Amino acid sequence: MSLQPLTGIWWKKVDSSEKVWLGIALVWCLILFAMMPLWHLKGGQNPSFNTFRTTPADFMKKVEAFVEAGPKVAEDKGLPVIAPDPQKEVYMLGRLWQWYPALKLKKGQTYRLHLSSMDLVHGFSLFPLNLNFMVLPGYEYVLTITPTTTGEVFVVCNEFCGIGHHQMVGKITVE
Amino acid sequence: MEAVFRTCAQTGLKVDRQAERLIKVHAVAGVFAILFGGIAAVLVLLTRWPAVHLLDPTSFYRALTFHGINMLIFWIIFFEIAVLYFAGPIVLSCRLAWPRLGWAGFGLMVAGALLINIAILAGRADVMMTSYAPLQAVSYFYLGWILFAVGALIGVCNFFASLVVARSERTYEGSIPLVTFGAATAGIIAVFTLAHGAIIYIPTWLWSLGIIANIDPGIYRLVWWGLGHASQQINVAAMVSIWYLLATLTVGATPINEKVCRSAFLLYILFINLASAHHLLVDPQLSPAWKIWNTSYGMYLAVLASMIHGMTVPASIEVAQRRKGLTKGLFEWLAKAPWGNPGFAGMALSLVLFGFIGGITGVTFGAEQINIISHNTLRITGHFHATVVAGTTIAFMALTYYVLPLIFRRYVISQKLATLQIYLFATGMIIFIGGMTTAGSYAIPRRYWDVQFATSQFQPPVEAAAFLFLGIMGVGGLFALAGGALYVLLTVGTVLFGRRVPDTPGAVPLAALPQDKGQHVPISGTLVLVFVFLASFIIYYFLNWKWLADIWLVK
Repeated sequence: MSLQPLTGIWWKKVDSSEKVWLGIALVWCLILFAMMPLWHLKGGQNPSFNTFRTTPADFMKKVEAFVEAGPKVAEDKGLPVIAPDPQKEVYMLGRLWQWYPALKLKKGQTYRLHLSSMDLVHGFSLFPLNLNFMVLPGYEYVLTITPTTTGEVFVVCNEFCGIGHHQMVGKITVE
Repeated sequence: MEAVFRTCAQTGLKVDRQAERLIKVHAVAGVFAILFGGIAAVLVLLTRWPAVHLLDPTSFYRALTFHGINMLIFWIIFFEIAVLYFAGPIVLSCRLAWPRLGWAGFGLMVAGALLINIAILAGRADVMMTSYAPLQAVSYFYLGWILFAVGALIGVCNFFASLVVARSERTYEGSIPLVTFGAATAGIIAVFTLAHGAIIYIPTWLWSLGIIANIDPGIYRLVWWGLGHASQQINVAAMVSIWYLLATLTVGATPINEKVCRSAFLLYILFINLASAHHLLVDPQLSPAWKIWNTSYGMYLAVLASMIHGMTVPASIEVAQRRKGLTKGLFEWLAKAPWGNPGFAGMALSLVLFGFIGGITGVTFGAEQINIISHNTLRITGHFHATVVAGTTIAFMALTYYVLPLIFRRYVISQKLATLQIYLFATGMIIFIGGMTTAGSYAIPRRYWDVQFATSQFQPPVEAAAFLFLGIMGVGGLFALAGGALYVLLTVGTVLFGRRVPDTPGAVPLAALPQDKGQHVPISGTLVLVFVFLASFIIYYFLNWKWLADIWLVK
């Protein structure tokens, strides 16, 4: 029993009924492990490791240059809406409490989306698509994304960033 | 300080009175924490439930910070230190190594907890449990964490020192009991958990005082989760030890092969803490190789350990029950188990809910890529309510109904209400977790004041189904809160007004060990159960890969 010390030789051979489960559980664990490298080879959704050191000031300059270059196709709730060329780098920044700028993308085109934060840690969550990445100040995170649906998706901040956290919703339109 | 003992009339164990007093004060502090955390839980639940949406944003984020820290840290760790004082000196019938230091450790934990709670309630630490730098709280909030961690570390070291005392004073023969072995596992995990706490909170505290200029947010997250996730792995080891303990106390269970059980605990020590990577899978600062190795606990060997315990605990119960003559069919042993005993019902529900809901969702969401469709949504919150609340907390509650008569030596004021408490709490949690996790699969974020986005810059449309599941979460949460309130009432009521347990053997009914006639006893019922578990695991796991494949391409 579990409350008494064990005396004598207690390291007995494992019973066959226990061995069956041990073996099957181990195989399942190895399958669980194999799925992740396999998905890197064959799957279409993998976390990027395209990361660079940056500073809020440097990243801000890049975002401003990106917005300047446009083309700016509209203005939405005070935000410029940029419809970038898929050949060029795309930028979005998170800050208290806004994602800047808004984007207009094309379905089936692949974009390199650079993300960083001007201040605190933010969460980049495409809503209601449910695609989530972290955005940290000092780190420039490049996601290579290909929209496969059309319509409006929203960028919800899903890491707590102070009292206005829930106001921080941006927008990406896909056509 | 000379040790004073009493002999327990129920178990025959020699009980060091100082260790017993320390168990009592830690348990009482734990109940205070669950009371505070529970009051905050009412406010958080009623705000997250869109139909009610009770609090304003500031109060909501404050209540959420308060709820998280009081439940996940104070309730759990106070109770765990109490378990260590039991599993060391009491189970081994030895004196407590350092009684005075034990009180000092307790004092530090209380002081730390008070500082943290004061900081939160004063509105100086609206930073969530994780306080991700560069988000900053008042400096005494971080000091509180340091004091609490040092106090807990003293408790853990006192447990280890008592093991040395028992060994050198020969209070037992052979190898330490399984419950002590499991508690030692929890203790070892606690040491490196609390070390991570020191490594991250000391510089963060200095930063809050202006002595250090900045804290790298990527490194903060990496080291903080060595504390944040690992502290919940202390629970896993403590909870599994409690399963073995309660199986012995309620049905007289003996594990078939302790080599298997102990090897599984060893796997926890070696691998379980790598899982702090679960929180960093969609972070920019870490490579896929790092993420895959760590999130998988080094090829899922800690998951293997849990799957072993998930078999050996029910198997030990099945063998004990079959030896008592309950041999009909596959499941007579289970059907005729003492389901009216809150100790047994709580242990069984904790095991099933931890495994089927908490375990399966945890491993699935912890796959590097599946985390893309789970991270920081209510799926995660649903997952850890299944492990830490439906798993650990129900195990702790079930154990309480033995701690009260054996340590506080008071009969529980109503055994019937205690049984009802366990079922009410568990049912509420199942509904709550189901609603919360499913709402999360609609991308509903965690730590969010208003999922209707009324004051946001843009107003995303939210599917009606998501609101439905948030409503289900609300209803289940109310049931669970009622069960939690009943727990506090029963424990406080028993400590204050419970009938005293007389010092006569048999005054507290403990299960007798069934006779081992040396015959081989089959565990066919258990094998059926574990294969049902595996089938559910496989289905849920691959469904998630299918859902992942449906979103945008990203690399």
